[in-house]
Amino acid sequence: MFNIVKVTGNACLALLYVLKPSPPFWGEKEGFCMKQSEKINARKTIKTLKWVSGLLLLALLSTSCTKKDKGASTESDEILVGEVLSMTGPEATFGTSSNSGTLLAVDEINAEGGIKGKKVRVITLDNQGKPEEAATAVTKLITQNNVTAILGEVASSRSLAMAPIAQQYKIPMVSPSSTNPKVTEVGDYIFRVCFIDPFQGKVMAKFALDTLHAKRVAVLRDVKNDYSVGLANFFIETFKAGGGEIIADQSYSAGDIDFKAQLTSIKAKKPDAIFVPGYYTDVGLIARQAVKDVGIKVPLLGGDGWDSPKLVEVGGQSLNGSYFSNHYSTEDKSPHVQSFIKRFKEKFNIVPDGLAAMGYDGAMVLFDAMKRAKTLETKDIRDALAATKDFPGVTGKITMDENRNPVKPAVVIKVVGKDFKYQETVNP
Amino acid sequence: MIEFFQHIVNGLSLGSIYALIALGYTMVFGILQLINFAHGEVFMLGAFIGMYSTQWLKLYENPSLSSLFICLAIAMVGCAIVGFTIERLAYKPLRGAPRINVLITAVGVSLFLQFSGQLIFGSDPKFFPTIYSPEGMWNIGGVTLSPLHGVVFGISIVLMLILQYIIFNTRLGRAMRAVSYNHDLASLMGIPTDRVISYTFMLGSALAGAAGVMVGVIYPKIDPIMGVMPGLKAFVAAVFGGIGNITGAVVGALTLGLSEEFLVAYWAPTFRDALAFALLILVLLFKPTGLFGSARREKV
Repeated sequence: MFNIVKVTGNACLALLYVLKPSPPFWGEKEGFCMKQSEKINARKTIKTLKWVSGLLLLALLSTSCTKKDKGASTESDEILVGEVLSMTGPEATFGTSSNSGTLLAVDEINAEGGIKGKKVRVITLDNQGKPEEAATAVTKLITQNNVTAILGEVASSRSLAMAPIAQQYKIPMVSPSSTNPKVTEVGDYIFRVCFIDPFQGKVMAKFALDTLHAKRVAVLRDVKNDYSVGLANFFIETFKAGGGEIIADQSYSAGDIDFKAQLTSIKAKKPDAIFVPGYYTDVGLIARQAVKDVGIKVPLLGGDGWDSPKLVEVGGQSLNGSYFSNHYSTEDKSPHVQSFIKRFKEKFNIVPDGLAAMGYDGAMVLFDAMKRAKTLETKDIRDALAATKDFPGVTGKITMDENRNPVKPAVVIKVVGKDFKYQETVNP
Repeated sequence: MIEFFQHIVNGLSLGSIYALIALGYTMVFGILQLINFAHGEVFMLGAFIGMYSTQWLKLYENPSLSSLFICLAIAMVGCAIVGFTIERLAYKPLRGAPRINVLITAVGVSLFLQFSGQLIFGSDPKFFPTIYSPEGMWNIGGVTLSPLHGVVFGISIVLMLILQYIIFNTRLGRAMRAVSYNHDLASLMGIPTDRVISYTFMLGSALAGAAGVMVGVIYPKIDPIMGVMPGLKAFVAAVFGGIGNITGAVVGALTLGLSEEFLVAYWAPTFRDALAFALLILVLLFKPTGLFGSARREKV
């Protein structure tokens, strides 16, 4: 190793000499008028230069080597699937829940004997809840680990950062629960297994109008979040069309901790309900301040971004009587759902939340497509994914439409104390 | 109109938190001409010390004012120790060094604490247990104030008054003012400058620790990078009031709290964080010494 660096370094230096024969910038020419210390310095410079150039060249060589390796993994006896999730950061339970779902799916598929005789192995990378980290992670999975498919992300902002990269390398990507419509619009290799926000917004708007009989609703959205902004717009659209009135449209940025200014303004307008399509960490604080500090007594409404055990930990009793739309309910009596909950509990000892169910469905839909695909080439997997029809998922039957979005029912959940109670199912 | 007064009350309660952090900045600057960027991280550590001591002593089982005071005391002592350690390890060896070296070290300490925090506590937000949650709502002519905010506001005012007393009515305070006026001359007069500087750091850090616990009690979601924004905003508040000036820091922080509240309520919530920095630029352009600061002529 040492010798290689030295030799390549010398080669580079020689090359430099040839290319730049007039006074070398490290100053050997002026030998006699140089002070001793300067000479030593010059020698040192040469030495460092050798090392640096040697290392650079080596780095170049090694990257070109790894590139040559590409494609070798398809001949191996396992299928590599990359997964990018927020395992830490503000939305950590999104990542950990989905990952548990994926792991359960992988265990089950490998217990059945794998796909086309090969075992499935998942490599999970953490993006700390940052879109830029998600993009780096997906690039690493594709170019260095040579994965055949990508699972992730939950948050639409991060899926939107990953999708163009997966599309560019033509690697099929299945997002378990990014509901923003823009995600699958990126390209024909991007899929999802959840419903999309135009539908989710409609569900909550209809619920506010028909079940809660709310006429005046205020909206408080997270402007840093593609999901929140999109969902708020779709909600407003349907709510206005149904004869309701949006009396305030306030916003905040994810990570803010003080919402009293917005809530005070909203309270003054006397709403019947407040629609807060944010993520659970912020929503917990918003609910707390709404009830305890500002004295708002109307229910809060939200989307699937609320689904986390942490929601009620931060929000406490303040969320009692609030509603949100979700992918499935643990109270669903169908044997398919109950059997999933039982298997999940056996493995992880907790009740799966909506995102765990979506993680499981996402992985299962992908494995199903891999089984049906003619070969394990990414193109064939993509075609098989696009042809998914009536797949019996835990969260409902999954059929991909022409835009690679499934059409599925949503459930409305009521927060009662620390529990999530099933309220109603809304079919598309 | 009631809504308007409500916003004033909200803004003041937010401003009082900034004030506690800003005091630490301004004291350290007054004495060392050093902007201690790690101060926001001391505030974060205060919140975490508060959280862990609450869990350890099971204070959440008996939410009351005394639990809050026990938690505050532990966090203040803990942060004083943290402040002392930071000063000894990071800043004292650089006492004679150019100011820019110390400044860069301060940024380094800040980042070091942020990322060690993420490593040790984990980067996902933690829930600060409820240690004091008074029922009901104070209502003065339609303007409501939750008792929790009232108590927190009261505690901040008391802490600021104690600080004011220490600085202007005790031997330590006199020594601090002397060191701040002229470091070399103070040491010639027999003032143990190193010890005085340590005490200054400990005082400022204890206030930041108290602010950490109070933020944890009001906004029970804490994470290792929670100190960055409040830290920067408190710094802006200190500059706005005239850095090195105690009254200035408090007035600056309350002004910042109020202007943030009104900006969010009546204009553009998204510019919340931009406001502080716009204010900083304006102050530096038009009155670099701040509201209460006096220009110190440097002898050359």
